[in-house]
Parts: sequence; C-alpha cells; structure tokens
Amino acid sequence: MSLPDAEREIMEYDVVVVGAGPAGLACALRLKQLDADLMVAVIEKASEVGAHILSGAVIEPGPLDELVPGWRDAPPPICVPVEKDEFWYLGKASRRKLPTPPQQNNHGNFIVSLGATCQWLADKAEAAGVDIFPGFAASDIHFTDEGAVGGVIIGDMGVDLAGEPKDSYVQGIEIHARTTVLGEGCRGHLSKQLIRRFELDADSDPQTYAIGMKELWKVAPGKSTPGLVQHTLGWPLDSDIYGGSFIYHLDEDRIALGYVCGLDYADPDFVPFEAFQQFKHHPMVRELIEGGEIISSGARALVEGGFQSLPKVEMPGAVLIGDAAGLLNVPKIKGTHQALRSGMLAAGHIAEKGAAEGFDARLRASPVMAELKKVRNIRPGFNKGLWRGLLTAAIETLTGGALPRTLRNHADHEELEKRAEFNPPEREWGPRELPPRDRLASVYFAATEHDEDQPVHLKILEPDVCTERCTEEYGNPCTRFCPAAVYEMVEDEGGRRLQINAANCVHCKTCDIKDPYQIINWVTPEGGAGPNYQNL
Amino acid sequence: MKILVGIKRAVDYNVRVRVKSDGSGVETDGVKMSVNPFDEIALEEALRLKEAGKADEVIVVSIGPGDVQQQLRTGLAMGADRAIQVEAGDTLQPLTVAQVFKALAEREGAGIVFLGKQAIDDDSNQVGQMTAALWGRPQATFASKVSLNGETATVTREVDAGLETIEIDLPAVITSDLRLNEPRFVKLPDIMKAKRKPLDVIALDELGGVVGVAPEAGHHAPPEPRGRGIMVDDTAALVAELKNRGLV
Ligand SMILES: Cc1cc2nc3c(=O)[nH]c(=O)nc-3n(C[C@H](O)[C@H](O)[C@H](O)COP(=O)(O)OP(=O)(O)OC[C@H]3O[C@@H](n4cnc5c(N)ncnc54)[C@H](O)[C@@H]3O)c2cc1C
Ligand code: SF4
Repeated sequence: MSLPDAEREIMEYDVVVVGAGPAGLACALRLKQLDADLMVAVIEKASEVGAHILSGAVIEPGPLDELVPGWRDAPPPICVPVEKDEFWYLGKASRRKLPTPPQQNNHGNFIVSLGATCQWLADKAEAAGVDIFPGFAASDIHFTDEGAVGGVIIGDMGVDLAGEPKDSYVQGIEIHARTTVLGEGCRGHLSKQLIRRFELDADSDPQTYAIGMKELWKVAPGKSTPGLVQHTLGWPLDSDIYGGSFIYHLDEDRIALGYVCGLDYADPDFVPFEAFQQFKHHPMVRELIEGGEIISSGARALVEGGFQSLPKVEMPGAVLIGDAAGLLNVPKIKGTHQALRSGMLAAGHIAEKGAAEGFDARLRASPVMAELKKVRNIRPGFNKGLWRGLLTAAIETLTGGALPRTLRNHADHEELEKRAEFNPPEREWGPRELPPRDRLASVYFAATEHDEDQPVHLKILEPDVCTERCTEEYGNPCTRFCPAAVYEMVEDEGGRRLQINAANCVHCKTCDIKDPYQIINWVTPEGGAGPNYQNL
Repeated sequence: MKILVGIKRAVDYNVRVRVKSDGSGVETDGVKMSVNPFDEIALEEALRLKEAGKADEVIVVSIGPGDVQQQLRTGLAMGADRAIQVEAGDTLQPLTVAQVFKALAEREGAGIVFLGKQAIDDDSNQVGQMTAALWGRPQATFASKVSLNGETATVTREVDAGLETIEIDLPAVITSDLRLNEPRFVKLPDIMKAKRKPLDVIALDELGGVVGVAPEAGHHAPPEPRGRGIMVDDTAALVAELKNRGLV
C-alpha cells in the first residue's frame, strides 16, 4: 500500500460515541442533558442516521419516557400502540394458537421503525448540541501512549481496489476523546478487537448470535390490523434449529415481517434466507402479503448470549453499551430498551466520573443486568431442541430465574457439523412464488451501495482454507448463510476460487460470526457505503 | 468573480423510487434525500475554479422549504463560502426557478450561474436554458470541460454527435454533465466549519419579478410490472410461441 503517510488531522472531544443506534444516541443525548458543556461526537457509518438500522420493532417505552419526557405527544414517524398479541405454532399448512408467553406480552408497548426512531432521536441529540457525523466509519482505535483507548480513527475515503489512493483520496482524521463509547450494535467491528485485546470475555461464556431478516410490506388495503403483534414457532424450521418469525401490523397498510434463526444451527447446508422465504408461503402469511409489494428489506445479526456471555463492559478509556456489549433480552426479542438504558447509564457514569472505570460494576448492579439474569437459562434451554426449550422456558419463567443453575453458551461457529457427519432433516419446503425471487433480488430492496473500486471489506485471512478444507468439510457454507449472496465459489481460468461480491453486503455480520474457521473478518468499508434501509 | 451554484434537494439516486398508492406523487416519507448529483458536479467545478484563483466566491442557492438547508450545509461543507435559501413550497416549475436564479444573478452580480444539466427527479432539463434567456446572457449546457480566460469561458459540451467546444462571453450560465468531474468527499472537520458559514433565507416574493406558476399535479403511475416468463424447450418452440403472440 502506498497511501500518503501524512500525520492525520485530529479533532478533540470529551466523548466520542461510535454508532448512532438507540444505545449511542441515548448516551450522547443524556450526556448533553447532564452537562451541556461536554463536547460529544457520534460517528455513524451509514449515509444517514437509521439507514443501517434493522429491527422489529416492538419497543418497551419506559426508557424513552426517561430520556425524552413527553415524547408521546410528538412520537417518531412510525409508532403504533400494540393492541393484541398472538403466538402461533406452525405446521406446513396448519397452525395452532399457543398461550402467549409472559415475556411476549406487549401490552403498553409500541411498534416502531427503529431506523425512523433513530433519525427522530438524532434530531433531538443535535438540537441538544451533539455533533453527529453520518457517512463516516470508525475504522480503527486510537490508543494513547499508555495503551488505553484514546478515541477512534475515521476510515480513509477514495482508496481503490488495490489500496492505492484515487484522485478523490481523503485521509480519515483521528477523533481523540477522554472516553470512547462503543455503541456499534451486534458484533461491532471495533468492539470485537477490543474485547480480544483487553480479554474482556475472559470470565464469560462465548457470545452467541442469531440472524434476523426483515421485509417491510405495503399490503392490499384492509389486510393489516394496526397494532396486532404475531409471533410464530415451528415450520419451516425443524425443531433442532432455534428460531421463529414476527409479523407486526403497522398503520397505512404496512406490515413488518421478519424471521430470526439462531446461528448455533448444525446443518452446514441450511440457508436462513430460504427459511424466511418459505415462511412467507405459509397460508397464514401468504394471505396477508399476496398482492402487496416490498418497500424495503435487509438482514442483521442479533446478539443472544445474554447474562452468561456478557463481557466486561469497560476497559481503559472506553465502555461497551447496547448490543455491542450484548444486552438484548432473547425471550422478549427486545434489545432497544436495554440499549437506551445502558446508553443513559453510561452517560450518567461518564458525566459523573469523567472516565470508564467503574462502569462494569455499575451496569451489573443495574436493572439492565437484573433483567438479563432472570431469563438467563431460557435461550440455552433450546440447545436441546424446541420442545426441551419450551419446557425450560416454562420452568424458568415460573421460577422467575431463581433456580440456582446457569446453563452454558457455546460459540456458534463451533456448532456447525461437517457434511459427512450430518444427517439432513426432511423440511417439507416447497416451490416459491412470492418476491423476491432470490437473494440478489432481495438485496435490491436493501438499496445497498458500495463503490466497487475500493478494498474488499470482507477480509479472508486464509483463502486456501476456502478452496480446500472448507469445500471438503462444510461445502462452503458462507455461500448459504450470507443473506446477500456476497460469497460465490466460481471456476475460471485461475481454477476454483471464492468470489466476494462485496458491493452487495448489507453489514449483517453473519459471516464474521458463523464461518467455522473464523477466517472471515468484516471491516468497515468506505463511510456512507452499505444498505439504505427505509423505515426498517 | 462570484459563482452562483444551484443545489436541488432530490431523492437520492440509490433509492428505489415508489409511487404513492393514491397516485398523487412519489413516496418521500422515510426516503433518503441528497443533493442532485449534477448540481454536486457543478459545485465541484465552481470550487475548483475558485481554488485555481479564477473565482473569488462560491455561493450555493436552493429554493424550497426549510429541509433544503440540509443540502445547503452539504454544499458549505464541500467548500462553498455562503448559502442562500429561497423560501418556497416544494413543487416549483422550471420557469419560477429560472426567474429566481436570474434575480439572484443580478442582485449578486454573478459571473457564472453554474447549474446541473437536469435534476434526477423530474428530468426537466430547462432551468439553465431559461435562466440564460431571462437574464439575456450566453449559455453553455452539458459541459464536460470548462476553462476561464478572463472575459470569456471555453466550454466543451457533450452533444449527440460527440463533443463540441464553444467560447462564450461572461457572465453566463453553464450546466454540468456527468463527466465534468468527480465531486470530492466531504471532510469531517469541514462539516463543523460549515455550521459557522452564513446561510441567508430570502422569501420568494422578495426577489422582484418572480411569478409563482401554480403547477397542477397529474397522475403518477409506476411502470407495469414484468409478467412471468415461460421456459421453452428449443428454438422451434420459441418461434412458435412468438408467432402465437403475433410478435414475429
Ligand atoms: C430482526 C431483528 C428484530 C428485532 N426486534 C426487536 C424488537 O421487536 N424490539 C426490540 O426492542 N429490539 C429488537 N431487536 C433488537 C434491537 O434492534 C437491538 O437491540 C438494538 O438495535 C441495539 O441497539 P444498538 O444501539 O446497541 O445497536 P444498533 O441498533 O445495531 O446500532 C448500531 C449503529 O452503529 C453503527 N456502527 C456500527 N459500527 C460502526 C463503526 N465502526 N463506525 C461507525 N458506525 C458504526 C451502525 O451502522 C448502526 O447504525 C431486533 C433486532 C433484529 C436484528
Ligand atoms: S458478507 Fe457478511 S456481513 Fe455482508 S451481508 Fe453477507 S453475511 Fe452479512
């Protein structure tokens, strides 16, 4: 690489927040509410706030009441009060109503677009004096001479595929801050490096994840029942794979439809995207969406490890909040209220102490952690399949998590089985007719965009493993678990090789998590690149 | 010399445009809005002229409601010296826009009014030409190369037959084509500097001579979706099918 070796320009802040998700925005806004003199910057890789946010989302409003008193009088652009919960168990063409688990009782909650809500929140933070910089990726950490986190380095712009500067080259600046707040969401790229460097996970279980896919539909008039919240278990998944769907009915004939699959699945040939598409063909769903059109779609990983996988959330100079820490409540499939709460908690801590030190203890003593502790055994209970899982869930719910046991979590990439050792189940999947036809057609609805003349942002650490060991052992599962068909095995003059269509990437981070050899490293592309989600 | 650059807020070029279900227009709710790409190119060229010492001041202008200030700030962050928002509703006819540019060109004593050749939302391609006519000055549209020589400008134009180079007297209107340049990335510290640059707001009727032409919204409809394809076994079947449908 021959990028100019000039000293980077430096901007100084009291606090720099990475990520304009609910966690980062709550932290920034609360900091200004507590001390208007603090200089606070928020860095966001999406071209605008919310464009990389994908969520359900039914949210618990409590933390929002705290952060933005009176918000109910001027709510975010999409905000429908939940009227009714339904919980279904699906067979291929059948369905059975199940009692709604208490964690899924959404009375008093709201269905929102989290992306639109983040934009709404960003306006409030800016009005309070926070400097928000969408379109810039925090690509590296700036360390102080003492080895503490001292801020972030913004990625360079205008570098070509070979790593050479183009005419438009602009060197990224350094943002120095007394405290750096990592609100990157699930599997943060900087958070991952820092957890490793400071061994923050030395005393916790491995983190675990799921992949969530979502489509926002405009349906035929009258099909949507605003305020209806539906969840399903069962078909199209076999009982060995943890997962299910959500169907959230919005106003203006819109329905948010999504599917979540635990990334601890064993089947090397499983295609999560296909499971989602099959689900849409269940009569219950098909009836809702047939004749409608997709407005926007995408995918994003969720963090599932909870209580036992929570790393230490502080290190010298920095803290982890929201999904970057791993605070999502799986039985509720809700992380937004936890993200908001942890963001506010970090703000309170930083405003008071001016440092990261002590935040870990503070978070662990807070309601955020109490909530995770209570449900800690529910998700790992499903490691033995759906039925054992439901049983564990019932017991743990009845006892309020008071049983003196903690089930363990295992790393998702180690759960994949080799093709030769795996017996594929009979899934009864049928032909499909509803759009999108395939993953490429789906990417179109994500409006994802990357300048193709830039370094590939999916780094394969050992390419030989792909063409040899992985092909033989797992049959290149990256070509199946990526929801955007970024990975392709191609044969050409050069022989058989892995082709990476990086421009399609929707930044879900699934490959970084599930690749069985852990040789895929997702790094930030040029700022502003990636999906342009609309109300997801 | 002052250069006046027009900046239109338009639906971002990456966005999949959808027609509202009642056909009253295009959906802009939750949709990403950006600077019209051709205007960004015009601004880039104006900034390069200034950096080369050929112009003294670059002023970005946008006509519309308060939202357009977002795009004006982008223009300031790219390097414009100051901005003017002409307060107006968001449906404007090219003639009104041209009248505004003419009035501002006179008020500011502009040497060049630099515009995009067209906006990617309505693709009218009229404002540059109308502005020149109203202002009574030369125009060089579809520019792919611009050089200034004191009182005149040499402009290479992208025309159907290839490239055409003309020389025009200044002041004049120039509109940019795609190949004129590649706009710069905004630098993060410049976003902060842009917050401190002047942004004036002028009411539409304050610019003498401007008549608002009330546009009438017609009906909007998306293109017919493509029907399902069929697979044929061989060429004979293909020919038969085409004949069958009266296509050959
Ligand atoms: C399919 C799905 C359904 C869900 N349903 C619900 C629900 O119904 N209710 C609920 O409460 N929660 C739900 N969640 C969880 C919820 O979305 C998350 O818990 C929440 O978004 C976490 O917020 P966050 O701020 O920690 O991270 P995120 O929302 O992920 O935000 C992180 C932000 O940081 C940016 N970023 C990341 N890295 C960088 C970098 N290096 N530089 C610059 N910017 C960066 C990202 O672009 C993003 O904008 C769901 C999640 C998924 C995937
Ligand atoms: S390449 Fe990786 S991060 Fe990008 S869409 Fe595919 S799985 Fe997700």
